[in-house]
Amino acid sequence: MILSVDELQFLYRNTKILDDIAFSISEGEIVAILGPNGVGKTTLLKCLNRILVPREGVVSVCGDPIASLGLMEVARRIGYVPQRVETGRLTGFDAVLLGRRPHIGWDITEKDLRIVDAAFKKFMIDHLRLHYLDEMSGGELQLIAIARAFVQEPKILLLDEPTSALDLKNQVEILDLIRNIVTDHRIAVVMTMHDLNTALRYADRFIFLKDQSIHTYGDRSIITENEIEAVYGVPVQIGELWGVPCVIPQCLCNGNGKSKEEENQHIVQKRESRAYVRYR
Amino acid sequence: MHLADGELPHDYLGYTYQKVLFILGGIGILFVLLIVSIAVGAVSIPPVEVIMTLIGQNVTDKWDRIIWNIRLPQALTAIVAGAGLSVAGVAMQSILRNPLASPFTLGISNAGAFGAAVAVIIFGTGLMTSTTAGAVVINNPYLTTITAFAFCMLATVVIIAIAKIKASSPEVVVLAGVALSSLFTAGVMFLQYFADDTQLAAVVHWTFGDVGRAGWPELTLMAVITIAACIYFIANRWNYNAMDAGDETARALGVNVERLRNAGMVVAALVTSVLVSFLGVIGFVGLVCPHMVRRIIGDEQRYLIPGSIVMGAVLLLASDTVARLIVAPYVLPVAILTAFMGAPIFIYLLLRGHHR
Repeated sequence: MILSVDELQFLYRNTKILDDIAFSISEGEIVAILGPNGVGKTTLLKCLNRILVPREGVVSVCGDPIASLGLMEVARRIGYVPQRVETGRLTGFDAVLLGRRPHIGWDITEKDLRIVDAAFKKFMIDHLRLHYLDEMSGGELQLIAIARAFVQEPKILLLDEPTSALDLKNQVEILDLIRNIVTDHRIAVVMTMHDLNTALRYADRFIFLKDQSIHTYGDRSIITENEIEAVYGVPVQIGELWGVPCVIPQCLCNGNGKSKEEENQHIVQKRESRAYVRYR
Repeated sequence: MHLADGELPHDYLGYTYQKVLFILGGIGILFVLLIVSIAVGAVSIPPVEVIMTLIGQNVTDKWDRIIWNIRLPQALTAIVAGAGLSVAGVAMQSILRNPLASPFTLGISNAGAFGAAVAVIIFGTGLMTSTTAGAVVINNPYLTTITAFAFCMLATVVIIAIAKIKASSPEVVVLAGVALSSLFTAGVMFLQYFADDTQLAAVVHWTFGDVGRAGWPELTLMAVITIAACIYFIANRWNYNAMDAGDETARALGVNVERLRNAGMVVAALVTSVLVSFLGVIGFVGLVCPHMVRRIIGDEQRYLIPGSIVMGAVLLLASDTVARLIVAPYVLPVAILTAFMGAPIFIYLLLRGHHR
């Protein structure tokens, strides 16, 4: 067990954001944190490496509670990639080299340079080494940010919506890369996600957050139509395509923008009955 | 270890080598400027004799006195003040995450001017005398300096307190600094309104920053504090890089961002306060030198901080040399010249865009 969270509670100005959160993660696992906007996915992620300090509860990394570790020691064990990456007049190599910060004393050494070089090869982004950050695309910046967290040589990598701003090709490439480093380096990844289909394809375990707390935590078997409707409040259907489970929300449009009365009659009824209950 | 198969990145090392060359080139220019600055003036001294005197060879007693008592302290003060204001500027731009930040953003220079006005007008330290140069003399420079410094520190403490209360949000600090600046400007205007001609002239004269004011003891104090600040910021260059990458990234890299911000503000404010209270208000250097360097070698703090230190020293020393010559035999305060010298270069760099 590489990361364990117990009875975690987080308050923002006396408003409870997270309560009674408990789960644990083993090495070599990708865990997706799912749930509607504003439910506290990012907050939970930030509590895991003390960017935010929870009011109560214990987060342990490799057996040590992180509250007992120094900031630098936490940084050597947990890497973090935020949703938005700041740019500047820096080269890709400069930006990734910064990931060695928790390991450097007065200045970088040859070892740090070699590790960053290897990371560029591993991520197959050698062409970005001397490119400036302020001239890179969103996908390139995301790769640089993940590479930076990777050269921290962490045991756990936290990613905040790593693909939500990216096109299809970049999404697939980045998630394939993450899968690949999890397998090769036996680290654990925790990421927040919006897209259930991508989560289903790449994650091993799933945490559904609802009402400040964990609604369900488990492997693929917990993702059911009822569970998703309970968490997101949207009726869905789960089908299979090429043996891959696909989640499709039920809605009034069938793809060409026009409603198909016949096909969707039951949904309309379902919605109306729910609306009736809500407004009564 | 899984990342051990990397090679030494020669392309990247070549790229950083250019930045090192830029900084070394700047230091070379600074030395040449220093000799030129000492050589020129009302009495011209040949550069060779300047060097001879500086390395301890007594050429003539007259030149010895001019160099050691007047020109060398003034030139070194320009170097120290330029370096100090520029390093404070580059740090404030990172700390406040704002390209318009400079040592004066926090209202420190206006606080210093207000302190000087209080000393001159209320404590009566200003006095106009007809010397040969027709200059205004402040008859108790120490009291004026101490009062100016006290108000600089007051502004600093208020800003730090506001930053603490509002949990170090950079926007709040910038806005509070602007408010404080206006407050002290209004204070100066209020005092000036009730001042007589002599006092008014003394206050206005004080606010023209001038590196000729400092003798060896003042220079020593300014140099010690500036060098300490430069060492502090250079030692924290990796933390500043991390902070530039965003607060969350910095924290995830093990950097205590709040503490770094507060400590950086205190150090930058201290340097600025000391320089302002001894020399008066010297604008532009702290704001623009870091940006000149950013345009040439980029935002990487390992090179940006030393580059800014050198650039600030070069710009202020060059400005002071020109200020002493341009309307000779009159000597202009350097503050008037910094913007004249720097603004065209800066606008050129802005238009040219980034160096590729």
